[in-house]
Amino acid sequence: MDIVAQPVVQVQNLRKFFRVGFWGRRVTAVDGVSLEVQQGEVFGFLGPNGAGKTTTIKMLMGLIYPSGGTATLFGKSIGDPAAKAKAGFLPESPYFYDYLTSREFLRFYGHLFGLMGSTLEKRIDELLELVGMTHARDLQLRKFSKGMLQRVGIAQALINDPELVILDEPMSGLDPIGRKEVRDLILRLKESGKTVMFSSHILHDAELLCDRVAMIMKGRLVTCGHVSELIAGDTTHEVEMVIDRLLPEALERIKPLASKVVLQGERVMAVLTRQQDVDQTLDVIRSAKAKLVALTPHKTSLEDLFIRKANGAQSAVEARVA
Amino acid sequence: MKVFSIAFNTFRENLRDKLLYNLLIFALLMIGSSLILMRLTLGEFHRLILDIGLGSINFFGVLIAIFVGIGLVSKEIEKKTIYTIVSKPVARFQFLLGKYLGLSLTLVINTAIMTAGLLAVLYFQDVPIHSVLFKALGMIMLEFMVVTAVALLFSTFSSATLSAIFTLAIYVIGHLTPDLKAFGQKMEGFGQTVLEGMYYVLPNLERFNLKGHVTHQMDVPAGDLLMIAAYGMAYTAFLLMLASVIFQRRDFR
Repeated sequence: MDIVAQPVVQVQNLRKFFRVGFWGRRVTAVDGVSLEVQQGEVFGFLGPNGAGKTTTIKMLMGLIYPSGGTATLFGKSIGDPAAKAKAGFLPESPYFYDYLTSREFLRFYGHLFGLMGSTLEKRIDELLELVGMTHARDLQLRKFSKGMLQRVGIAQALINDPELVILDEPMSGLDPIGRKEVRDLILRLKESGKTVMFSSHILHDAELLCDRVAMIMKGRLVTCGHVSELIAGDTTHEVEMVIDRLLPEALERIKPLASKVVLQGERVMAVLTRQQDVDQTLDVIRSAKAKLVALTPHKTSLEDLFIRKANGAQSAVEARVA
Repeated sequence: MKVFSIAFNTFRENLRDKLLYNLLIFALLMIGSSLILMRLTLGEFHRLILDIGLGSINFFGVLIAIFVGIGLVSKEIEKKTIYTIVSKPVARFQFLLGKYLGLSLTLVINTAIMTAGLLAVLYFQDVPIHSVLFKALGMIMLEFMVVTAVALLFSTFSSATLSAIFTLAIYVIGHLTPDLKAFGQKMEGFGQTVLEGMYYVLPNLERFNLKGHVTHQMDVPAGDLLMIAAYGMAYTAFLLMLASVIFQRRDFR
């Protein structure tokens, strides 16, 4: 077998259910998720809140035990210290030992990897520089803002110079500048050959960063693949037209072509989905001597795909219940 | 190495905790107060100072063991700080052991400070200091180790509040186990089995109490001391192993 081709993260039919409440009612959090993360790629793990993203990631990091299925990191079963030694992890909305200063904090995590002495001190300096926290190195974490905590959290995940970095909601709670900084950092990790897996419900970030994404809803994987393919594989392209001075008689001819028509005083806004409808509408506009004010093609974004999949998942669940 | 890093970090956490200093100051005040109480008593001054001094060290040490101990693990889970530890190449039992040793170190240093306070009072009151005093202090320290392990055990599967209640209950019952046995002997059948079972399962904390020996200046044979020490260590080891087994199976949600 080719060693290079082995996926860094391999998840097969992973399941987790929890017992909740007094009677131990069974709640399924992750329901048969399978996915692979290849070396050197940025992998986005997307889904709405409560979809099972964090549960899946916690299983990968050995924080909770799967109810079924298997998962490996670097070909080793999850929880293996040798696999953990090559991974870095930032939990969701991290809470850290707030009585430590950034330096003490990073030194402590370095020790857990067996790092020591001047090698460790040098690494700490590099990381504080990388996440832009050099100015706060001797400040206790309790005085940090959320953005600053997120940054030392990322530094903590990188202390062992990991080959795989798993970040759970790294952008949540950050302002636009903070989010851009995290994005840049992820790209820098990718450039230096690291594999990055992160979960998010902010799709714009994922679209900008990820080579591949997986979408999870209600514990089930709904789609997985290259971002460009997922978007291109989607046939619906919408064109939005804004037309002025359109005669009522011409409007009647456009109405059957458009999927949506909105009248705003003198102005008409029409949304068309097929190319031939667009051509015909343009003919009508020209022959009726109306004025085309704007024509905007709407590219499908990851967000549209996401919302459609979410609706699909919802109706599937309703169908099952019915 | 990893265990010691966690232990040292726990120790540092304790040092930066205000609760510790409050308890320590109260303990020193209590030891000092024996000087005032002495004036209200007729005779037996030396016994009073020793009794109050050792009692204060024991009481406040146990308070620290319980109220810091219950937070050792449950606080890490509640604050989610444990996520970053368990996801590192650290075995769960290493984490537990580190936490335990960290608090033990805190207790050793606290006991040393309180002992220094007691010795100062004894010295200035010209109370003769016998070796049995140090033996008693050693046994008090052993009791702390057992109580800390009890707190740690509860802390691995219940919340801080519940752990505090359970540990306090075990502490109180642990000092009454001889009564449990005596009571059981007066009963028959099932009741006797239950009470005798409890007597053997629960920690017999009264065994660590040598205050009577100190106040009456009676020495304790080395063999007895050794037996008590072996009992305390074996019991602690058993509790820590049980805690590890429970902790190993836990999901951190």
